[in-house]
Amino acid sequence: MNQPAAPLLRVENLEVEYRKAGWRKPANRVLHGVSLDIREGETLGLVGESGSGKTTLGRSILGLVPVASGQILYAGRDITHARRRDRRALAKEIQVVFQDPYSSLNPSLLVSDILSEPLRAAGISGTESRKRVRELLDRVGMPADASERYPVEFSGGQRQRIAIARALALEPRLIICDEPVSALDLSTQARVLDLLIDIQERTGVSLLVISHDLSVVRAVCHRVAVMFKGEIVEQGSTSSVIDNPTQTYTKKLLLAAPVSDPDEQRQRREARRLLAEAEPAL
Amino acid sequence: MSGELGLATTPDIPTFIRQGALRRLVKMPTVWVAAIILTTVVFYSFFGAILAPFNPNVTKLDLVNIAPFQSEYLLGGDRAGRDILSRLMFATANTIGGALIAVSVAVAIGVTIGLMAGYYGRTFDAVGAWLSNLIQAVPGMIVLIAVFVVVGPSTVVSMIVVGILIAPAYFRLVRNVVISVRNELYVDAAKVSGLSDIRIMSRHIFVVVRAPIIIEMAYIAGIALVIQAALEFIGLGSPETPTWGGMLQDSFNALYISPLAILWPSLSIVLTVLAFVFLSNAVRDTLGDPRSSGGAARKATITSAVFKGSSAIGDTTAFLAVRDLSIAYPLSKDSSRTVVNKVSLEVNRGEVLGLVGESGSGKTQTAFAILGLLPPEAIVASGRIVFDGQPLLGLAEKKLNQLRGSEIAYVPQEPMSNLDPAFTVGQQFGFAMRKKLGLSKAESRVRALALLARVNINEPERVFDYYPHQLSGGMAQRVLIAIAVSCDPKLLIADEPTTALDVTVQAEVLDLLRDLQQERSMALILVTHNFGVVADICDRVAVMKDGEIVETGDTRTIMKKPEHPYTRLLLDSVLDNVPMRAPLDPAEEVSV
Amino acid sequence: MLVFLARRVVAGVVLIIAVSAVTFTLIYSDGERIARLILGPDADQAAVVQRAQELGLNEPLVVQFFVWFGKVLNGDLGRSLSDHRPVLETLTSRVPVTLALVGLTLLVTLIFAVVIGLYSAYKGGWVDSGLRTFGVFGFATPHFLIAIGLVVLFALNLKLLPATGYIPPTKSLGGWTLSLVLPVTALAVGTIASASQQVRGAVLDVMKQDYIRTLRSRGIPLRAVYLRHALKNASAPGLTTLGMQFVGLLGGAVVIEQVFALPGIGSLVIASALKSDIPVIMGTVLFLVVVVVVVNIVVDLAIAWANPRSRN
Repeated sequence: MNQPAAPLLRVENLEVEYRKAGWRKPANRVLHGVSLDIREGETLGLVGESGSGKTTLGRSILGLVPVASGQILYAGRDITHARRRDRRALAKEIQVVFQDPYSSLNPSLLVSDILSEPLRAAGISGTESRKRVRELLDRVGMPADASERYPVEFSGGQRQRIAIARALALEPRLIICDEPVSALDLSTQARVLDLLIDIQERTGVSLLVISHDLSVVRAVCHRVAVMFKGEIVEQGSTSSVIDNPTQTYTKKLLLAAPVSDPDEQRQRREARRLLAEAEPAL
Repeated sequence: MSGELGLATTPDIPTFIRQGALRRLVKMPTVWVAAIILTTVVFYSFFGAILAPFNPNVTKLDLVNIAPFQSEYLLGGDRAGRDILSRLMFATANTIGGALIAVSVAVAIGVTIGLMAGYYGRTFDAVGAWLSNLIQAVPGMIVLIAVFVVVGPSTVVSMIVVGILIAPAYFRLVRNVVISVRNELYVDAAKVSGLSDIRIMSRHIFVVVRAPIIIEMAYIAGIALVIQAALEFIGLGSPETPTWGGMLQDSFNALYISPLAILWPSLSIVLTVLAFVFLSNAVRDTLGDPRSSGGAARKATITSAVFKGSSAIGDTTAFLAVRDLSIAYPLSKDSSRTVVNKVSLEVNRGEVLGLVGESGSGKTQTAFAILGLLPPEAIVASGRIVFDGQPLLGLAEKKLNQLRGSEIAYVPQEPMSNLDPAFTVGQQFGFAMRKKLGLSKAESRVRALALLARVNINEPERVFDYYPHQLSGGMAQRVLIAIAVSCDPKLLIADEPTTALDVTVQAEVLDLLRDLQQERSMALILVTHNFGVVADICDRVAVMKDGEIVETGDTRTIMKKPEHPYTRLLLDSVLDNVPMRAPLDPAEEVSV
Repeated sequence: MLVFLARRVVAGVVLIIAVSAVTFTLIYSDGERIARLILGPDADQAAVVQRAQELGLNEPLVVQFFVWFGKVLNGDLGRSLSDHRPVLETLTSRVPVTLALVGLTLLVTLIFAVVIGLYSAYKGGWVDSGLRTFGVFGFATPHFLIAIGLVVLFALNLKLLPATGYIPPTKSLGGWTLSLVLPVTALAVGTIASASQQVRGAVLDVMKQDYIRTLRSRGIPLRAVYLRHALKNASAPGLTTLGMQFVGLLGGAVVIEQVFALPGIGSLVIASALKSDIPVIMGTVLFLVVVVVVVNIVVDLAIAWANPRSRN
C-alpha cells in the first residue's frame, strides 16, 4: 500500500486579522485557526458567505494579506511570511484568477501585454513570450487575434478566459480561483467551469476554488470545505458533504439555495423551515 | 482666477485615455484659439526682446500718457513716456518664465510625494497630508508677501514659493488617483505575477496618473501667471524689469489721465490665462468620458408612434398589460441600438410573474419602462402599457407620481446603494408615507415601526434611527422592501432583489417577499436570472433573450417541458443539473 | 461628536503653532537686518549690533519664538515699527473691513452658486452650456482685473458708485453698502463662476446615483428630489470647496482692498511689507491662520451634519 503523498499545499492553524485605521482600535480577527490540505491534481472548494473569511484565506496563501499566526506550507516549504523577493519566485508555482473580469485586467493594456506580463517578469525573452501568448490563447479557446485587442472589446466570459490564460502563463502547480464565475451569465458559467476542469485534467494543476455558490463547487471540486465566521465547520469529499452533511450550518447552506424544480423546491423550503425550528440559534 | 490657490484642482479628472482623443482634440475650436494665443506668447517670450521697436526703459517726455495709434508708440505711452508695446513684449519672457518655474516646482514636489503616499500609504500618506494642510492653511498671498519681506523682490523666489504653495493640490490629485488604482484587482494580479513594486508603479500606475498631471499643468500655469501678475500689481514685483502686472499697476495709477493704457496689459493677462484654461478644459473633455449633460429632469423620449392609435389594449383583462414595447438607445447621430424589441407580457392581480434572462436581455429595461424611470437618453419607439385600465406610456410626470409608491412600487437589486445616505431609515419611511398617505409624523413613525417588525428586523426602534451605512446588506434590503410596501401598492416590481445578498439571507428575503405578496394579494413582477428563484415563488415565467420574449407560460410547464431552444439551453446550464465531481481518491467518501 | 470636535481643535492648535514657527523662522532668521530696519539705513554698524543685542535678536531662534509666543498668549503682538501702535490694536481696527468684504462675498457666492448650479444641473441643454461658458470666463479672469473693469465702468464712466474709500456702517449704513458693492462684486464673480460649476457637478453626480431612482419610484416629486435629497448629498463636497475658497478669498481680498483703497487687513499687509514692518506681518499671519483654522473647523462640523458617514 503506498503512503499517501504529501500535500502540495498545507495550511495549519492559520490566524489572520485586519487592523482598523486609528491607533487604539482592536484588530478584527478574520480567520480563527484554519487548517486544510490540497494535493497534487486536486480541486478543493472553499464555500461560505460574506464574512466567512474564504477570500481572506485565498489572499493570505497568495501573500496579499499578512498572517498573524499559523503556517502555510507549499511543497514542504514554509511560505507564511515569505519576503517579496521569495514571493516573486513563487509566481511560477502559485497563481490566481480573480472574480471580477472587469477590474482584474488593466483596461489600458493590450491583451498581449497583459498575458506577457508574468512572462517578462520571469525573464522570458520577447520572442519566446509572444509564442507562449499564442499558445495560451489557444489553450483557453480564444482566437489568436485577441492579443491585439483591449479587454473592453470582450464579453465577461471571454475576459475571464483571458484571466485564466494569464494564470497559466508560468505553468503553476496551484491556482487560486476567487469566485471565478460569479460575475458571469448562466450559460457562460458552465463553459468556463468546463474549461477549468479540462485544464486540470490535462496539466494536473491543483485548484482552490472559492465560491459562495455550492452548485459551482459541486460541479468542479473533488473536495469541499465549508467556512463560517473564520472557521472551517465541515470538510470532505464533495458527494459526502453535499449528500450527507453533518453540520447544521452546512445543511442550512444547502437548503437555502433554491432549485429549479418547483416541487423539489417546495420540499426544500419545508425542510429549511423544519431545520430553523429545530436549531433556531443559527 | 477665483480663489487662486484655493481652487487649484479641476473636478472629475479622467484617468483612462479614450481612443481617438487626439483626433477629437484638434477638432475643437477652443483648442485652436488657445493654441494660437499660446504660440504667440511663447514666440514673444523668446524673441520679444529682439523684436520690440523701442528700448523698454527709454523715456520720451513728449510721449508721456499719449493715447494709442497717435504716434510712433503704437499702443500708446505710459506715465514715464515709455513705449507700452515694447514693454509688453519684453515682459513676456518674465511672465512665461515665472509660470514655468512654478509649474516645475509644483509637479516635482507634488507628484513625487503623491506617488509615494498613494502607493506606500501609512507614514508617507500621513506626513504628506499633514504638510499639505500646513501649506494650505495660510492664504498664499500672505505667504508671498512675507517672503518678499525677507528676500526682497525676486520673481524666481516668488515663483518657487508659488510652486510649493500649489504642490498640495498636485499631491492630493496624484495620491487619490494612485490609491484608486492600487486597490484594483489587476494590481493584485501583477503582484502575484511576480512584478516588483517599481515595475507595477511604472506599468500600471503611471499610465493612469499621467493624464491628470498633464491636464493640471495647463491649469496651474494659468494660476501661477495670475498670482505673479497680482504680486507685481500690488507693488511687490521687481522694479527694474518690465512686467505685465507692474504695467497694470502703472496704468491703474494713471487711470483717470489715460484710461486706454490699462487695456493692453489686461488683455495680455486675460487672453493668456484663458488660453491655458481652454486648453486644460479641452484636454479633460476629450480624454475621459463625455461630460454628463444636465437635464436629469428630462424624461425618456416617447416617439409619436406610441401616441398614434389608441393606447388602450382592448383584448385583455390583465391587471398590467404590456404590448409590443420597444426601447432603443442612440449610438451616434444616425444609428441606435434596440434593447427591448416588441415585448408583450401580462400580469394578473395577485399573480407572480418571473422575468428571466441573462445580462443584456432587456429585462431590467422593461421593468423601468413600466415605472416610467428610463434614463433621458432612452427612446421608447413603440408599444403600450396599461395598468388597471390606465395607460402609462406618455403619462404626465405628476400623474405618474401619484401612481408610484401607492399603486406600483419598486424593490431594487443592490440594497446599500439604494438608500439615501444622508437620511435615517425613519426619515426615508416618512418621505414616502407622509406625502402619499397624508400621515402625521407620529402616525408615520408608528406605521414604520410596525413594518420594520413585519420584515423581521430586530429592535425596530433602534433601526428606525440608523443611517444606511450602519445597516448590513440583509437589513438594508428588508428596509427597502418595507418602504416599498408601506403605501400598500397593488403591483410590486422587484429587480433581482436577492442577487446581492448572501445565500442564507436570500432564502429569508424570498420567504418574506412571498409572504407579503400573499398577505396583501399584490401582483409581483420578479426580474431574475436564477431559475431556482423562479421555481420558488413564480406562478408564471417569461424568458427573455436579446430584448425579446422567447417563451412565456406557467412555471411548472416551462421548467419541466421547455419548448424554445434558448430556454432549454438555460435550464441545461443550471449547475444543479450538471454532474457532481467525484473525489480524486474513491476511498474518501467520508466527511470530517 | 465632542471627541470629533476636540480632535479638530487639537489639530488646529498644532497647525497654528507650526505655521507661526515656520513664518517666524523665515522672518527672524537675520537678527541684524531687523535691527537695521528699526534704526534706519544710515545707522552705524555698532548701534545696529547693540540694538540687536538689546532686542534679543541674537538669541537662538527657538528661544526667540517661545518668547514671542508667550507674549502672544498674553495678548501682546508687539508694536508696529512705523507708527509704534500695538499690532493687536491695528489689527482689530481693520478686521471688520476685511470681514465684511470676505463675509459678504461668501454669502453672495453661496446663494448664487447654489441657485445657478442647481438650475444648470436641472435644466441642461442651452442654459447649462451658457452658464458653463460664463463659468469659464468668470473663473479665468483674475479678480483684480474684474475690479479694474468695474471701476472703469461704474466709477469712471457711469459715475454711479464710489471707486475708492470705505464708509463704516456706524457712520452710514447706505454708504457702507455702496462702498462695498464693487469690491464684493469683483471678488464674487470669479468665485461664483467656479463654485457654481462645482455645485452643478456635485448635483449631477448625486442624480446619477441608484438611490435617486429608487426615491422617484416611491412617487416623490422631482422638485423634492432636487431640493432635499440632491442638495443635501451634494453639500458635503460643496462645503469642502467652500472651505478652500475661503482661504483663496482672503488672498484675493488683499489685492481688492488695494484697488478700492479699503482700510482692511489686506492693504495693511501690503503697506507693512513695503515698509518691512515685521511685527505687523507676524501678527497678521498669526491672526489669519487662527481665522482659517476656526473656519475650517466650522466647515468640518457642517460636513459632518451633511454626511453622516464621516462622523466617526
